[in-house]
Parts: sequence; C-alpha cells; structure tokens
Amino acid sequence: MSLEAILDNLDEFFKAFGYTLFLFLVTAVASLILGTILVAMRVGPIAVLRVLGSVYVTLVRNTPLVLIFIFFHFAAPIIGINFKWVQVHIGTFDFTSAFATAFVALSLYTACFVCEGLRSGVNAVPMGQAEAARAIGLPFLGVMREVILPQAVRASVPPVASALIAMLKNTSVAGVFFLAEATATMRGLTNDYSSQRIGIFLCFAVGYIVLVEIVSMISLALERRWRIA
Amino acid sequence: MAASVLFDAPGPRTRVRHRIYSIVASAAIVAALAFAAWKLYDDGQFEYDLWEAFVTPDYVRALLVDGLVVTVTMAVFAIIGAVIFGFLFGVAKMSDHRWIRWPAWVVVEFFRAMPVLLLMIFVFFMWFISSRAGFLWIDQAGGFFAVVIALTCYNGAVLAEVVRAGVQAVPKGQAEAAYAIGMRKTQVMTIIQLPQAVKVMLPAIISQMVVALKDTSLGYAVAAPGLTKVGQQIYKELHNQVPTAIVVAILYVTLNLLLTWLATWVQRRFVGEKKIDVVKVAAGIDEDRAAR
Repeated sequence: MSLEAILDNLDEFFKAFGYTLFLFLVTAVASLILGTILVAMRVGPIAVLRVLGSVYVTLVRNTPLVLIFIFFHFAAPIIGINFKWVQVHIGTFDFTSAFATAFVALSLYTACFVCEGLRSGVNAVPMGQAEAARAIGLPFLGVMREVILPQAVRASVPPVASALIAMLKNTSVAGVFFLAEATATMRGLTNDYSSQRIGIFLCFAVGYIVLVEIVSMISLALERRWRIA
Repeated sequence: MAASVLFDAPGPRTRVRHRIYSIVASAAIVAALAFAAWKLYDDGQFEYDLWEAFVTPDYVRALLVDGLVVTVTMAVFAIIGAVIFGFLFGVAKMSDHRWIRWPAWVVVEFFRAMPVLLLMIFVFFMWFISSRAGFLWIDQAGGFFAVVIALTCYNGAVLAEVVRAGVQAVPKGQAEAAYAIGMRKTQVMTIIQLPQAVKVMLPAIISQMVVALKDTSLGYAVAAPGLTKVGQQIYKELHNQVPTAIVVAILYVTLNLLLTWLATWVQRRFVGEKKIDVVKVAAGIDEDRAAR
C-alpha cells in the first residue's frame, strides 16, 4: 500500500478538508440559529407557531438530504431560487453557488435535529424547578435566566453535539453536488490513482474521524465544565 | 398549555395578547403559503403537462416498482446485515478478552465516525464499478451492492452500540442469578441477557431503519437504483424537476412516518419506559464516554 497519491497531492488533500471544515463551521452557526428559532416556536405559547414548527421538523427530518440537495440544485433554479450571485474568494478557496447551495440545504436539514436536541433539553428540566422559581417571586425573565435556561442548555449539549457531528458527516453529500470537498476529492484521486485506492480511502476516512473526534471532544469538555456535582 | 416548564398558566390579559399573536402569525403563514402557491402558478408549475407523469400508469409503476420497492429492498437488506453485524460486534465489544474487545472497538469506531457516503463510493470503486451483474429483480446491481454494503457497515456499527446499551439495560440481577445457578458466560449472554435486550432494542432498530431508508438515497452518487434514481430519470426526460421533487419527497416522508409510527407503537406495546437514544449512540456520545 503506497501513499504517493496523497503525498504528491497534500495541498489538494488539505484544501479539500478546508472546504469540509468551512462548510461545517458556517452551517453549524446557521443551523444553531435556525434551530433556536424553531424550538422557540415549538415550545412557545402560540398554538399556530407550534404547529408550524412541528410540521417543518417532521417534513424535513423525514426527507433524504440528497433530495433536498437535488431540490436546490435542479428544481429551485427553475422557480427563480438560485445562488449564482454568491462569489466570495478567500485565498485559494472559492465560495460560489455550489458552496452556498450546500450551506442552505445542510442548514435547513440540520436545524430540525438541532431543534429536537434543544427541545429535549427543555423537556429535561423538572416542572418543580419552574414552580419553585415562580413561588419565590422571580419574574418571567428571572425564571428563564436564572433557573430554566442554564439547566436546559446543559441538558441539550449532548444531543445538539450529536446533531452537529451527524452534519459534519453529511457535508460529504455536498461532494456529489459540485463542491470539491473531501469526499469529492477522494473520488477524483481514486479515479486518477486507482491502484492506491485503499490508501487514499483510509487517509480520507482518518481525516473525517479526526474532525469528528475534535467536535466530540469539545462537546465532552463543555459537558464536563457545565456539569453540576 | 397550562402545565409548561416555561410558562405559568396565562391570565386574561396574556390570553388576549396570545390571541393577537396567533392572528398575526396565522396571517403571515397564510400570506407566505399564498405567495409560494402564486409563484409556482406564475412559473407554470401547476400546468397539467408537468404533472401528467404522476397519473400515467407507466410512470407510476416505475416510481412504485423500480423506485419504492427497490429502495425498500435496499433498506431491508442493509438492516438485516446491520443487525447481524451489530450483534457480532456488540457482543464482541463486551468480551472479557482484550484481543477480541479491541479489534471490535476499532472496527465499530471506524465505521461510525466516517461519512457513509465516503464508504459507499469506496466500496463502489473497489468492487462494483465494472459489475454488470443483476440481483433478484434488479438489473446492473453494482450500485445496489455498494449501497447495501456501506449501509450495513455504518448501521451495523451504530447497532453494535445499541446492542451494548440494550444488554446493559437488563438488570444486573438477571446475569448474577444465571451465574448463581451455574450457567456459563456464553449461556448467560445468549439465554438470559440477549433475549431481554432485544425487547428494549426493537424500537431503536426500527428507527435505525428510517435512517437506512433515507440513506439509500445516497446511492445517487454511485448510480444505484431506487426512488431517487427513478425521480432523476423522470425529470431528465420531462423537465418537471419541481413536481418530481415534491412527489418523491412525499413518498419518502410517508414511508418514514409509517416506520416511525411502527417504532412508537412497538415501544408502547412491548417495551414501556426504557429507551435507547439512537441519535446519541450514532454520534458516539453515550454515558460511557461522557463519564470517562
């Protein structure tokens, strides 16, 4: 098993994972924001918004990610939704419509799982906590800030982290849709150096595993830091 | 909404405010839906030509037989393989022998932390790229096998953790009692622990089937057959991307909702309160690791 294919193309290898990492980071921020909005709708007091939130989550969660990508790449442009106007170039990285489409599709998809994670965190807070906080006369904002949210956030770290880890692995789908990230690059290298495909595959797999481990270590650190004795 | 952690029961003034919010929100939703519908209509997406395929018997048969049935076949094969994989490696991970436990741990972690698509593409290029063989009712099953093998490995790795969690959910006294009446290690596992664990695991296995079913669409990358592929063929021929995407999505969502409903029913009917969190297990964040 030789690794010349990777060693000769190290810059390409790292650039590919650069795209993966960039996509992960921007999507993580967007899906956290969107997921928070969704969960606010789902646990809020307005029935219409609760229904809207749960319909969105149910529909999108049960649709394959590939189909969402297909929609934004091949169907949406027909009805006037496209991302051709995105033209950002930073260093050697080009963020164009392939990147923007992947970002939108992944964010809309991941937001559902983030929402479910946050909701399980809210549900994990015992009713008595809120009742006790109200009983000692805390106003609504005080109950939220001092009692409910700290516990809810703490409880939702593991499920939200799992949603983000799943999303990190899902960035690979963008490789099928014209973005030169890690999976697409592995496919290209496998084509060019087919005798070394096992080595190429293992290198890229290890790259992903390292990224996943970093995210899960951050989540464990947060969990440990916020744990109550 | 009286019993919520977040809100006290609303008083008269709050109720009025909520009613106003509701009306505003409903109006906004209706307006958004109306705008979307008008936009689609304006672009001519509701024209009969674009939807004709979905009332034409040939296309409907293609969608259901070459699409839905093949997709379900892939998912079923993958989940059967995954259950076998999961039991083998789940039990191996609990072995008392380090030389069995460690390799099993490495294999499970490897397949679990890697995108299933990467594995699928590798498997396809490695063994099936020039394969023209058919399988059952599927022609040119190279992509089919790549999907099934990749999904077997990934879901198997997840189920290995589910198996472990299931066995750990069996009360300790069960195993202790079995040892006390003189059973051997293998007997305790196969006669006492696993049968009880399977009951707890069933809903988790069914929800993993939803994941497998959704992931069969990744076969798009390796030209595998199935619903996504049929949809692709339809819109390439008729240029009705928007209606096709909507119809295919409806088929997937319906199938997945049926499975989810089945999982909930099994949970309620056979299992009760105990639950294995597949999402956490899939990401590799379980109590075991958090405690480490």
